[in-house]
Amino acid sequence: MQSWRKNKLVFAVLALPPTAWLVIFFTLPLIIMWVYSFAERGPQGQIVLALNFANYVRAIEWIHLGIIWKSVWIAAITTVITFAVGFPLAMGIAFAPARWKNLLLLLVILPFWTNLLIRTYAWIAVLRTRGFLNFGLEWVHEKFSMLLAFIGLPDMMGEFQALELLYNQKAVVIGLVYVYLPFLVLPIYATLEKLDKSYLEVSLDLGAGHVRTLFSVTMPLALPGIVSGCLLAFILSMGTFLTPTLLGGTDSEMIGTLIARQFSSSRDWPFGSALSFLLLYLTFIMLWVRASLAGRKGGPI
Amino acid sequence: MARDRANPLDYSRKTWMQLALAGTFLFLYFPIVSLVAFSFNDSKRNITWQGFTLRYYEKAFDNAQLHEAFLNSLIVAGISTTVSTILGGMLGLSLYRYRFPIQGPYEGMVHLPIVIPEICMAVAMVAFFATVDMPLGLTTITISHIAFSIPFVAVVIRARMAGFDQSLEEVSFDLGANQWQTFWNVTLPYMKPGLVAGALLAFTLSLDDFVITFFTSGPGSTTFPIKIYSMVRFSVTPEVNAASTVLIVLTLALTLAALIIQSRSQGK
Repeated sequence: MQSWRKNKLVFAVLALPPTAWLVIFFTLPLIIMWVYSFAERGPQGQIVLALNFANYVRAIEWIHLGIIWKSVWIAAITTVITFAVGFPLAMGIAFAPARWKNLLLLLVILPFWTNLLIRTYAWIAVLRTRGFLNFGLEWVHEKFSMLLAFIGLPDMMGEFQALELLYNQKAVVIGLVYVYLPFLVLPIYATLEKLDKSYLEVSLDLGAGHVRTLFSVTMPLALPGIVSGCLLAFILSMGTFLTPTLLGGTDSEMIGTLIARQFSSSRDWPFGSALSFLLLYLTFIMLWVRASLAGRKGGPI
Repeated sequence: MARDRANPLDYSRKTWMQLALAGTFLFLYFPIVSLVAFSFNDSKRNITWQGFTLRYYEKAFDNAQLHEAFLNSLIVAGISTTVSTILGGMLGLSLYRYRFPIQGPYEGMVHLPIVIPEICMAVAMVAFFATVDMPLGLTTITISHIAFSIPFVAVVIRARMAGFDQSLEEVSFDLGANQWQTFWNVTLPYMKPGLVAGALLAFTLSLDDFVITFFTSGPGSTTFPIKIYSMVRFSVTPEVNAASTVLIVLTLALTLAALIIQSRSQGK
C-alpha cells in the first residue's frame, strides 16, 4: 500500500478509466432512476419530471404493500427451508474425512455454475403436470392399486390426479431454495470448519447428547456463519425476478416481477423506479446488518 | 482414552447423516442430470426413456435463430471480456496498491454491481439508455455486461496481487526502469494468471447473464439465454434440453479452467 500522492499520474492512469466506466454506466443510471422515482407518469407512459413522493406513497398502498410483504414472506420461508436443508449439508461436509471434503464442496458449488435460467427451466420439467415428479407419483399410484387388487381389496385409490406443482408459490420457493442453497452452505461450512472440535467433545464427555450438543454448542459457535448465510439467502431471494417469472403463477408476484412489469407492460417507469429503490434500500439494510454482525463476531463476510 | 472407540464427532459415518447428504445431492442434481439425459432421449414426450439419439442436437445446430443467438452471445461476451478484463485489472491493481481519500465509499461504489439485485441494475440501465437516447441492442447489452463484470475481475486481480512481493518493483526502479517498463516486465507477468482467471470469469458471467441482457436487448439482438428463455416459455422440448446442455458444458469447462489456473497460480 502506498499513498496516491506518491505518484499521482500513475494513480490517475490506473484508476480513472475503470472509475469513469462504472460512474457513467452504473452510478449514473442509478442516479437517473432515483430522479425518475420522484417523477410522474404521463398519459402515454412518458416521464414527467416532478418532485413528489407520490410513487413511494403508492408503493405502500395495500395492494403493493401486499406484494412487498409477500416477497419478504417468500424470502423468509425460502431462508428457513434452505437452512433446514443446508445446515445438515454444511455439517456433513465439515465433519467428513479430509479426502472427501473438497469433492463434496465441489459438488455443492457445481450446479451454481450452470446457467440460472437453465437450472430454473430444469425444474419446470420436474414439476409440470406431465413432469417427472407426477410421473413418479403416478407410477407409485399404479403399483399400489395393483397391490390392492392383488390382495383382493376394493380399489379405493381411484384415478390418479396429477398434482398442480408448477406455477404457484410452492414452486417459486422450491426454485429459490435450489438456486440459493450454495450461498447459505458455504459461509456455514466455513465457520464449522474453523470451529474448535474439542468444545463438542467436551460437551459429549460431560454427558450431553448429540442433539443437545448440536443446539447448545455447535449452533451457537457457528452463529456468525449461520447469520451470514441466512441473510445472504434472504437478500437474494427477496430481489429475485427470474424464478417467480418462470415457476410462479398469479399468486406469486414479487417485488422483482412487479418492478419488471412497470418497465414493460405497465409502462410506469417512475413507479418502477420507486419500487426499485425500495428494494435497494431493503437490500442495503440487510447487507449492513450482515456486515456489522460479521465485523463484531469476526465471522466470515 | 478416546482411541478405543469410534470418534463420536465422525458424523459422516452416521446413517442419518449419509441419508441427509444423499437426499440433498439428489435434490441438487436430479433436475440438471435429467435435463441433460433427456436431451439424448428419442421421444418428443420427454418423459419416458425411448432410446439414445443425437437428433435434437442436430436440430438445435440446424436452427438458424439459435445459431444467430449463439453468435450474438459470443460477440457480446468477447468484447465484454476484453474490456472488463483490462478495466477490472486496472481497478484491482489500484485498489491493491493505493491508499486514497474516500477509499471506503469508493470501494463500496465499485463493488455495488456485485451486490445489488440484478433487476434493479437492469431497469436502471433501461432508464439510462432511454435518457441518453441510445437504441437498445448488442451495444447496450455489451456496455451493461462490462459494467457488472469489472468489479468481479477487480476482486480476482486484487486477490492475486495480495501475494505479490513489492520489493520486486523497487528493485526494478533501482535498476533504472521507468514506471511503464516496470509494469510491463515485472508487475504484469505476475498478474497474468489472475488476468486469465478474471477473463474466464467475465466471459462466463456474460454468457450466462439473463436478467440484465433481457432488459437491455432490443429487436434483433437476441442472445443465447434469451433465445432459450423464449423457447422455454412455450414448452419443454428435447431441443431446448440439447441447447441448454451445450451451454452447461461450455460454462462448466470455462469455470473449471479458471479454477485450475487459479489454484496453480496460488500453488506457486
